[in-house]
Amino acid sequence: MKPAPFDYAAPNSIEEAVALLARHDGAARPIAGGQSLMSVLAFRLAAPALLVDLGRIPGLDAITIGADGVTLGARVRWRDIEKDGRLSGAHPLLAAAIAHVAHYQIRNRGTVGGSLAHADPAAEMPGIAVVCGAEITIVGARGERTVAAGEFFTGALATVLDTDELIVAVRLPPWPAGRRWGFEEFARRRGDFALAGIAAFYDTDAAGRARDVRIGVIGATNRPCRLPAAEAALEGRIVDDTAIAAAAAATRASVDPPDDLHAPAAYRRALAATLLERALARARR
Amino acid sequence: MTSRRTNTYIGAAIERFEDLRFLRGRGIYVDDVPHATTLHAAILRSSVAHGLIRVLDATEARRRPGVVAVITAAEIGPVPVIPIRLAAWPSLEPFVQPVIAADRVRFVGEPIAVVVADTAARAEDALEAIALEIEPLPVVADRDASAAGAILLFPGAASNRAITYEGRKGDAAAAFRSADYTRREHFSVQRHTAIHMEPRGIMAEWDRIWGRLTIWGASKVPYPNRKILAGQIGVDPALIDMIENDAGGGFGVRGEFYPEDFLIPFAARHVGRAVKWIEDRREHLIAANHAREVECTLEIACRRDGRILAFRGHARADLGAYVRTNGVMGPRNVAQILSGPYDVANIEMDVELLLTNKTPAGTYRAPGRFEADFFRERLIEMAARDLGIDRIAFRRMNLVPTTAMPYALATINPLESTTHCDSGDFRQTLDRCLAEFDWATKSRLSGADREGRRHGVAVSCYIEGGASGPREDARLILEPDGTLSVHVGSSSVGQGVETIFAQIAADALGVPIERLRSVRHGSTGLVTEGFGAYSSRSTVMGGSAVLDAAAKLEAQIRARAAARFGCAPDAVLLRDGTAIGPDLAAIDYAALAGDGLVADGTFLNERRTHSYGAHAAHVSVDPRTGHVAVHDYVAVEDVGRIINPETLHGQTVGAIVQGLGGALLEHLVYDGEGQLLTGSLADYLMPTASDFPVIRGVALEEHPSPVNPLGAKGAGEGGIIPVGGVIANAVADALAAEGVQPTALPLSPPRVWALVEAARNGRK
Ligand SMILES: Cc1cc2nc3c(=O)[nH]c(=O)nc-3n(C[C@H](O)[C@H](O)[C@H](O)COP(=O)(O)OP(=O)(O)OC[C@H]3O[C@@H](n4cnc5c(N)ncnc54)[C@H](O)[C@@H]3O)c2cc1C
Repeated sequence: MKPAPFDYAAPNSIEEAVALLARHDGAARPIAGGQSLMSVLAFRLAAPALLVDLGRIPGLDAITIGADGVTLGARVRWRDIEKDGRLSGAHPLLAAAIAHVAHYQIRNRGTVGGSLAHADPAAEMPGIAVVCGAEITIVGARGERTVAAGEFFTGALATVLDTDELIVAVRLPPWPAGRRWGFEEFARRRGDFALAGIAAFYDTDAAGRARDVRIGVIGATNRPCRLPAAEAALEGRIVDDTAIAAAAAATRASVDPPDDLHAPAAYRRALAATLLERALARARR
Repeated sequence: MTSRRTNTYIGAAIERFEDLRFLRGRGIYVDDVPHATTLHAAILRSSVAHGLIRVLDATEARRRPGVVAVITAAEIGPVPVIPIRLAAWPSLEPFVQPVIAADRVRFVGEPIAVVVADTAARAEDALEAIALEIEPLPVVADRDASAAGAILLFPGAASNRAITYEGRKGDAAAAFRSADYTRREHFSVQRHTAIHMEPRGIMAEWDRIWGRLTIWGASKVPYPNRKILAGQIGVDPALIDMIENDAGGGFGVRGEFYPEDFLIPFAARHVGRAVKWIEDRREHLIAANHAREVECTLEIACRRDGRILAFRGHARADLGAYVRTNGVMGPRNVAQILSGPYDVANIEMDVELLLTNKTPAGTYRAPGRFEADFFRERLIEMAARDLGIDRIAFRRMNLVPTTAMPYALATINPLESTTHCDSGDFRQTLDRCLAEFDWATKSRLSGADREGRRHGVAVSCYIEGGASGPREDARLILEPDGTLSVHVGSSSVGQGVETIFAQIAADALGVPIERLRSVRHGSTGLVTEGFGAYSSRSTVMGGSAVLDAAAKLEAQIRARAAARFGCAPDAVLLRDGTAIGPDLAAIDYAALAGDGLVADGTFLNERRTHSYGAHAAHVSVDPRTGHVAVHDYVAVEDVGRIINPETLHGQTVGAIVQGLGGALLEHLVYDGEGQLLTGSLADYLMPTASDFPVIRGVALEEHPSPVNPLGAKGAGEGGIIPVGGVIANAVADALAAEGVQPTALPLSPPRVWALVEAARNGRK
């Protein structure tokens, strides 16, 4: 249980890192916190010839809060998010969701960019990025591009990233004051990847009706996604027990989880609906 | 003149001597043993569950950098098999494991080749250069396929059935015919095992000149393992030294004779150098013993008033691909321990041991007992409910009364093995447990809904067999400087035996514990023979042998002192490490030691101790997620005599946490192709330190064991035994309104949720 031999480079700039990745043509992998990649290497599920450590590249670890929302550099760690007192106001959903990620030791190393690139279907950061409509900034040998989070994830552990591309940042759109939200997940043990999780939020109009409803699910599908049917069940309505029940029914009907080692599909489907009810109950309080 | 001694150390919460070493990072585990020139081994294991080896070519691997040798069956010659250590029986012989696969593999993880290289990393890298082709055979994936026998694991054997044990007592058939009430249920416990923090490891060195083998990392049963190895490798046992190092947990799994226990010493002799192998976590999960996979159809027969008349049942154990050293013990115990602490006159319990293409099974803390207690306590709970009898009254009425001691359990055939509960008052621990738990208050929560979570409570009773014979040896040495050393054949797997034996020796000799300079254990060469650390036996057996050695050493000291004083030996008073003569002259032991005095003691015993107790739990269940939370857990046990309440408490709490792991989390899951799906600790869920914070343990010593001079009873396993049953009963209590009846472990959220759904939909 140790990685196959590899070379190691720690470049000082994004350009240099990208050049190294490009030169190795798929045989090199970036490494950030290593909390996902190292176990992949130890099990020899991957055997890259070169690891490109992003740890020395300046400017990737900033959390910027501005008129255009919250921008997280790729090397921002879970711990940085937890410690940043501004976020509970600037993006309470992000702060609440990230509080569920892993354990202390892992939170000290695991990064936003690593989580997005790794694309675990149950990971919180990808789920928040998708439900919030985040934009992911990517730099590659052919320059920079921005991809909507909803288009970034293509399957379990699969994204649109090319082998010579790096995530540099993710921007979550601004979070209006007074927005109602809830985040609920269920994991076997504290810090485990969730069996399912739901992030829900909406704004309210003058009449108290839900507007711009967003509901996202993690863990119950092969990649994080929104649940348009559940959103539609709430859009323009007062979020009461009836509306919540309708949204839960829509969730049950539209989530199509796989059967796997940890839970049968029927369980995850019901769990997603339960968590949605609980997230909405929290949101309307 | 004999002095009456007051015990000062036995019973005191002496801090573990071991802790200073461990807490300062000074423990020496096998991987820490200093050795400048050792080579490192890595093992190629089958990734196919059942198949024929068609190509095995290590030519390329031998050319890899740093590689010194690659060992396959071809280098070994005739491949030795690993004999059965416990409950050997002719029908088991065909199913024993060869130390390496020569032409056929039977489980994922079976060793095929050993690479020896200058570093562990290079050894592992070279594994990939071994050309290996395995032609797959159809896989015996479960007990049904095994029993059907269409595919045989051993073509030479008539079936995949190793043996069927029969637990027999009275006349169950007659009791069932005349019973007012009967109920039959099917239960199952999942495959899981001990994941000790430090994985297994071995270092072996061959001394060419003297023809000696030295093996570090010995544990649990060094003496029997030495005998096995000696036979396999053709070296006189007297020329093999097994050295016990610090061990990070054993729980029954560490220290049995595994293929590596041959392969690494063989490799050392083959290359003429020291060779070290340290198991990694993935290897541990596929190669070390699995345990507990038993299912059981169980019937109970009662009188209308709740008196249990009989148990009758048929269990099937999934033993995996081979019968290992102690593989039969869990299933065997199911047949014997089924009735637990209850007075049941008629028992007919058959346990079939079936082979499948999975990792072979062995013992894990309280083998068979955890399983049997789950089956029994669930069925008792159902019966009490059916009969409208309070479940505590039901249990109390059926507990073996003190007047019935010693009380015989079922006889196990064909072994004709019998055992007895030695002593005790089972009602006392039940009542104490209820009081500690505050049953009167907490039971009012039964079924209550608090913010969507449903609460439930349960209590279960159990017995724990300990102190396996046949014997243990100990040596006490009065060193020339007047300090004392203890050597025992019992082993340490991290349970604190150094402290325990020091306490026992200091009390027995009436000396301050500071006089005990060293307590050495386990390694061969310390005493002539030793039997090891399993079955809650180290303290009782080793401790009793220490008492015997102490009496003999005292006699020697007394004789020397008497010669100095010119008086009769029994006129000498021994106190605090000083001999006092009739005229009150005093001589320190140091002045009597000369070049050192040595006394060998032994303790022979075939009668087992049975400690016993009761556990109570308060849980809550979220019926919508299936999550079970443990809010309170109380364990009360009577261990006959408490040597050290601190280490005992550690055993209890640790065992309960492991039991909660088995009840709620841990599961070794296989697919239909014999692939282990839970091959890392991300998927095999262990309890973590923060999962179950509320555990309370109370130990009593009201009823010393009559079968050993200490009066102590084995206490290493009790904590785990009732956990599965008590948690499942508490869940049933919480969900009684729906009529949810858990019959299988673990109570994972999806399983609990499915039970609730099925009950609500009126399905079964
Ligand atoms: C026990 C345990 C529990 C965990 N529980 C959770 C949990 O509950 N929720 C959760 O979300 N996560 C969990 N994780 C995962 C953890 O959060 C990871 O740290 C994270 O997913 C990956 O971040 P990293 O910085 O460690 O990435 P690395 O492991 O370094 O890399 C992961 C992948 O991303 C690539 N990569 C890294 N950075 C970039 C970049 N800037 N651009 C392009 N590609 C990049 C790497 O090449 C690799 O493929 C857990 C991990 C462990 C070990």
